[in-house]
Amino acid sequence: MATQTVHHTAMTLSDHLPILQILIPFIAAPLIVFIGQRKLAWPIAFIASATSFVIACLLLSKVIDGSVISYQIGGWAPPLGIEYRVDAANAFVLFLITGIATLVLPYARQSVGSEMPHKTQTLFYALFLLCMTGLLGVTITADAFNVFVFLEISSLSTYVLIAQGSYRDRRALTAAFNYLIMGTIGATFFVIGLGFLYMATGTLNMADLADKLTGQYESRTVQAGFAFILVGMGLKVAIFPLHFWLPNAYTYAPSAVTTFLAATATKVAIYVLLRFVFSVFQPAFLAETSTLEIIFYPFALLAMFAASFTAIFQRDLKRMLAYSSIAQIGYMLLGIALLSETGLMATIIHLFNHGITKAALFMGVGAYVLRSGSSFYVQIQGLGKTMPWTSAAVIIGGLSLIGVPGTAGFLSKWLLVQAALEQGYWPISILIVASSLLAVIYVWRLVETLYLSTPSSEQTIQEAPLSMLLPLWAMALACIYFGFETDITLGAAKAAAQALLAGSSGMMN
Amino acid sequence: MDTSLAILLSMLLPATAVVANLIFRNSPNLRDGLTLGAAIATFLVVLNILATVGNTTTDTFVLLEVMPGLALAFNVEPLGMMFAILASGLWIVTHVYGIGYMRGNNEDDQARFFACFSFAIFSVMGIAFAANMFTLFLFYEILTLSTYPLVAHKGTLAAVKGARTYLSILIGTSIGLQLVAVIWTFSIAGTLDFTRGGILEGLIAGPPVAILLALYAFGIGKAALMPFHRWLPAAMVAPTPVSALLHAVAVVKAGVFTMLKVGIYIFGIDFLAATGASIWLMWLAAFSIIASSVIALTKDNLKARLAYSTISQLSYITLGVALATSMGILGGSLHVVMHAMGKITLFMCAGSIYVATHKTNISQMTGLGRAMPITFIAFLIGSLSIIGLPPLGGSWSKWLLIMGAADAGQLAMIGVLLISSLLNVGYLLPLVGKGFFLTAPNQTEPTKFAESPALVWAPPAFTAFGCIILFFYAGHIQAFLMPIIAVP
Repeated sequence: MATQTVHHTAMTLSDHLPILQILIPFIAAPLIVFIGQRKLAWPIAFIASATSFVIACLLLSKVIDGSVISYQIGGWAPPLGIEYRVDAANAFVLFLITGIATLVLPYARQSVGSEMPHKTQTLFYALFLLCMTGLLGVTITADAFNVFVFLEISSLSTYVLIAQGSYRDRRALTAAFNYLIMGTIGATFFVIGLGFLYMATGTLNMADLADKLTGQYESRTVQAGFAFILVGMGLKVAIFPLHFWLPNAYTYAPSAVTTFLAATATKVAIYVLLRFVFSVFQPAFLAETSTLEIIFYPFALLAMFAASFTAIFQRDLKRMLAYSSIAQIGYMLLGIALLSETGLMATIIHLFNHGITKAALFMGVGAYVLRSGSSFYVQIQGLGKTMPWTSAAVIIGGLSLIGVPGTAGFLSKWLLVQAALEQGYWPISILIVASSLLAVIYVWRLVETLYLSTPSSEQTIQEAPLSMLLPLWAMALACIYFGFETDITLGAAKAAAQALLAGSSGMMN
Repeated sequence: MDTSLAILLSMLLPATAVVANLIFRNSPNLRDGLTLGAAIATFLVVLNILATVGNTTTDTFVLLEVMPGLALAFNVEPLGMMFAILASGLWIVTHVYGIGYMRGNNEDDQARFFACFSFAIFSVMGIAFAANMFTLFLFYEILTLSTYPLVAHKGTLAAVKGARTYLSILIGTSIGLQLVAVIWTFSIAGTLDFTRGGILEGLIAGPPVAILLALYAFGIGKAALMPFHRWLPAAMVAPTPVSALLHAVAVVKAGVFTMLKVGIYIFGIDFLAATGASIWLMWLAAFSIIASSVIALTKDNLKARLAYSTISQLSYITLGVALATSMGILGGSLHVVMHAMGKITLFMCAGSIYVATHKTNISQMTGLGRAMPITFIAFLIGSLSIIGLPPLGGSWSKWLLIMGAADAGQLAMIGVLLISSLLNVGYLLPLVGKGFFLTAPNQTEPTKFAESPALVWAPPAFTAFGCIILFFYAGHIQAFLMPIIAVP
């Protein structure tokens, strides 16, 4: 190409990947609304998310060795300008978000078609892309206030997406409203926290914040800022006592939305938590404020047990999975609390593994809803025979949820137990395995319902359509694939954990 | 044939049988024929490995590395070789028997049944050739999951409840205890490779050794050490071929095989003997041996009685490990074979009686011996082998275990083994006696010959014959196993 000979600082397309990651879905969303054709909505959404996925793969391949890409928006250098920063930790999350979105969309076509009226479907795809844009933005940006902006973009679109479940069950409206209140409180706390930090440092760029915060850890302002950020993000993550919005939101949202949110939204929030706890504040700060002892350990362990117990007694499969998600978030928090490389690796790898596991399971639930009309246990009795392919994939997801060897879930559990043992906390390692035994109980209740109970109704139920089966199976096979092939997951998790543990110096290089 | 290829083939063939059963689920003859072919081929492949490597230990062949230091890897060593021959050989016999039994009883879902059956054999091959504890654990769990549908096969309330007990104890112990033990081992030793002489020596000392051993001993729930034995009687709700292969050979033997592997290759016999960490295990095994024999005496249901007998016999092998002497290990390893051959005979006889008469309780079997002479003679031979009388295979393993106890200076254990033999006589022989020498109270006409179908009675007759053969070849097996106790 002729341009190669030109000697100036011209950037090639590949240098613009970080901004394209955001722009493509961000532009495609209003495009769908302007065109306003129901037939065109889906293809545009799919092309946008598939392109984003390709970009995320390219970015991940660039940073998996531990290097960092810094992109300055409009050429304004940080700390004044907004910076996008891609490293192993967030490239991995980008990969997860775009990958799940690209698989959920083909699935959504049939699922959404059956759960929503025609006229709202065009807007649905626009909102879906906006939600994805928000999540991607939260992940990629290195500007603390920018996190808040994107967080609001994703949250607002999520509220509407959840409310779309009202065509199937009116309770979706209260679920969405609940989440709206809780989510807004969370976002407000977050922005208040940012305000405190800005007061203390006068900057909003994360690396700059980290730099200027060192030495101010004694300051009440900074400590209050940290507390607000932790609680605000904790609401988004659904850390145990702040989880009340989650079960209803997941249960009543359309199946495709639940699948996407369960696999990505809480994971992104966990990522932000990691970023703030380890990069903006340093691990030393955690020790000073004993955040780990007072907040992370007790609430993580409580989540693992209380939510798992609750999951056992649910009568609705979707709600059971929602409670199981809260329990799994407990594992991720525990990994953070262990404050070691292995522990962080466990958190990051579980973030991904649990994402694909839950995606597979919720896709299965969507298929049951499509064919039998609901996800109550009584309605899905004996479906193992009539919907063999769906059920087999759901079982694979269930095994991964338990952490049976040979599935993705096993690796995360292995790392977590190993991290606990490395620190000499053997009672915690026992608690981890004990709580996965609770997972055995709730998964096996599902197995018995699907395979060993007689169908409740005489109506003939067909296997789910291929457009849903294929994404479902792609996820189920991913659960197995990432149980053996760990170059990507483990490599990214290791690089990310090392960078995070290096604290603010990880942001500086 | 290249060994690594042969190992893969020995696992691929049963896996193919799984697929074949699912594809040809509506053509029984083709399906069962293909499975039989796969079984024979698997056995031949295993024999081929035996012919190539003998009782040497081959280099480890890494299929893929899951995490640094954790690989899915296989190799051949004498103990695994023995287990593979045993399981693949008896698969052929049980498959023939299974066809006769399932068709004789018109059971439902036969395709699913045989598919899961083959899947279980697939995992057993993985266990037998696993080169490290990680690989072994992986296949151990797959074995549990693949046998769950077999236990729940009948779909009745009793079957579902039995299967629930089966799964909860096996998964509970393996994830709750064994996994912790494995990860603990990995975090102190940095490896999980099975190494002659163990990998833990010098890295762990004092009470933690006993705790780690406890996590393994109880975590290997398939070895049915008390108090984690309840799954075995619960699993007897399964059709008899399942009880025969899986609960006399594959599942329970996978348990004690894992126990042997852990004792020999993770801890190392000398390390165990030096630390004395296994003394408590020895006493617990002794308790299991006696207690479950006594419980067996009280059971009227034949399969339940055999189940408790199995628990008792499995603890012989655990005892062999806990003695931490060469003879104990050798006796335990030999007992894997001897007990498998004896117990599979007994289970198949129980199934044969069920197919012919639909009777399950010993009290109803009075006088049946004259109607079913082949079944009952096979049962007698199997019983004598379990009791440990010459000229039957079981006598040798018991002999070696007694020698092992003497070597370890644990004379009480010799007493335990002898008392257990007497108890074996007490719970096994009355059935034969009642069958041949008493007549049923309401019987009026003389008994006619009424055996079960040939496909059902021939396999136990064959394995009973095997018990006799083993008596004469025990020396060969012992010599074959010598490398596992050789000083590294």
